[in-house]
Amino acid sequence: MIELVDVQKNFAGQMVVHPLNLTIKEGEFLTLLGPSGCGKTTILRMIAGFEQPTEGQIVLDGADLTALPPNRRDLNLVFQHYALFPHMTVEDNIAFGLKMKKLPQAEIKQRIEEAVAMTQLTPLVKRYPHQLSGGQQQRVAIARAIANKPKVLLLDEPLGALDLQLRKNLQSELKQLQRSLGITFVYVTHDQEEAMMLSDRIVIMNNGQVEQIGTPREIYATPATLFAATFVGENNIFSQDGRLFAVRPEKLKATRDTDAAKRTGVVQDVLYLGSIHKLVVQLDGEPMTVTIALDFTDERPWEIGEKLGVNWGSQDEVNIGA
Amino acid sequence: MRTRRSPWLGLHSLLMIIFIYVPILFIILFSFNDSRLSAEWRGFTLDWYVSLFDNDHVMDALENSLIVAVISTLAATLLGTLAAIAVRKVTRRLKLSMNGLMYLPIVIPDIIMGLSLLVLFRLLGVETGKTTIIIAHITFSMSYVYVVVSSRLAGMGKQLEEAAQDLGASPWQTFRHVTLPQITPGIISGALIAFTMSLDDFMVSFFVSGPSSTTLPIYIYGQVKRGISPEINALCTILILVSVTLIFLAQYMLNRGKGQKKQKMLPF
Ligand SMILES: Nc1ncnc2c1ncn2[C@@H]1O[C@H](COP(=O)(O)OP(=O)(O)OP(=O)(O)O)[C@@H](O)[C@H]1O
Ligand SMILES: [Mg+2]
Repeated sequence: MIELVDVQKNFAGQMVVHPLNLTIKEGEFLTLLGPSGCGKTTILRMIAGFEQPTEGQIVLDGADLTALPPNRRDLNLVFQHYALFPHMTVEDNIAFGLKMKKLPQAEIKQRIEEAVAMTQLTPLVKRYPHQLSGGQQQRVAIARAIANKPKVLLLDEPLGALDLQLRKNLQSELKQLQRSLGITFVYVTHDQEEAMMLSDRIVIMNNGQVEQIGTPREIYATPATLFAATFVGENNIFSQDGRLFAVRPEKLKATRDTDAAKRTGVVQDVLYLGSIHKLVVQLDGEPMTVTIALDFTDERPWEIGEKLGVNWGSQDEVNIGA
Repeated sequence: MRTRRSPWLGLHSLLMIIFIYVPILFIILFSFNDSRLSAEWRGFTLDWYVSLFDNDHVMDALENSLIVAVISTLAATLLGTLAAIAVRKVTRRLKLSMNGLMYLPIVIPDIIMGLSLLVLFRLLGVETGKTTIIIAHITFSMSYVYVVVSSRLAGMGKQLEEAAQDLGASPWQTFRHVTLPQITPGIISGALIAFTMSLDDFMVSFFVSGPSSTTLPIYIYGQVKRGISPEINALCTILILVSVTLIFLAQYMLNRGKGQKKQKMLPF
């Protein structure tokens, strides 16, 4: 569908996106995940055509896009701050792309209706953007993009400016929307939970470089690098004989039988989180703490300051390099 | 704890207001005074306003002022707007020097503007008259338009235009349907300021005017040399009214535009 071939971007001589090869499949929900400043927006803007790659090509459906201006690319971008046209009503905002492409009036009307129905904006079509809440503006931005029936929808932290509750609601709406439209979504976020929940595949990025590409399950179960292991979900990193490996908190076991344990330590904190509780353990002879997640069936009481053993199965060790 | 303001600050403001506004108030007051000579209040009259309109010199000056203001405003608005748009597309360094050049006519003392333009016209052998006043007014009015429009453009950012392009608008369509509607209040506001500046300008016009191109401020200056008459007070009152109205209108236009952040051009 979309192919990035050795795409690289320098700003003022500094490499912001390292040579990147990525194939985005038709109909998939692909997320670029990484901390602030790692180059996510830059990649999206290169796909949309607002930045020229320093090196490499961007191919959509077998056609090289690299030299095309943004208005001649069959994909749409949902901006982080929506970029709605303040002087146009919701309806006119949504119609904008269709009018620019000079579609017939009847077609425009029908597409607006569809887009508006899908994003639940029907009662708001006559309003101006400043008369809408953040969540509603967000929906208009998406409606405006999908009315064009693009092959690919690019979304740059579309929920970044919203509060937690609204975010949660819109996340599931987005996912449903993507399923029913069947178009490819390329989604940018720095929220790992959001990425895990929505994506078919995740690209984990750090400092302009890809750390790992995989399904949420692969990323969680078998992180490939130290960064991937610690950026997504909580993890415990052990180093042994020059080898680095990660064990998830729920794979660690707490035992009072300290002699048979792989490590020993002292309970530093007990965190109660409802369905699970966590022990934070200061390991003996090592500067680090580990976290053990215990599910609700484990009723053993733990005291702060108590000595305990930490165990795990060797099949739960995930190698993350030397 | 509430912060207490120094009483001196209040006194200072009061004195400032007295110094600036009391003379203006006197002009307005005496334009209605029913006495030609006296500095004493002799009752209310509109006679001076009526006699203004019977005065051919005043009407000629008014006609000149309006012709100059209208033409110079149109030209300055077009040029200033185009300059503001063009400057966005150039590199940062060029932009800074362009900004400097465009701000210069605002900060340079009027007397120097006037003198240098006069020297230029002399060198070129151009005869001074309405045309030279118009050219002179364009040179400084354009800067005001430029400042207002470029601040409006800066406030708009690039995102809206990028969104338009992303939705398939060509560069021209983007300008026509997004950029222009967004900056229109700024353009109108700039035009109103340019008009006011042209109408009120004395110093620059004085240098580059010819015998048959007396504008209102120049006429007023000529009259005042022979003593202040109530007609002049009336004329000044009208000018004050027109200027204040235009500037408020400009401020209002700048704040118009749906969903736009308020921009302050005036300190109130
Ligand atoms: N126009 C530009 N000129 C110079 N440097 C830039 C430009 N745009 C981005 N950068 C730099 O490129 C790097 C990546 O920026 P980018 O906006 O892609 O990050 P991001 O991953 O989207 O971050 P965030 O999550 O904060 O949005 C940053 O270090 C940024 O400073
Ligand atoms: Mg970004």
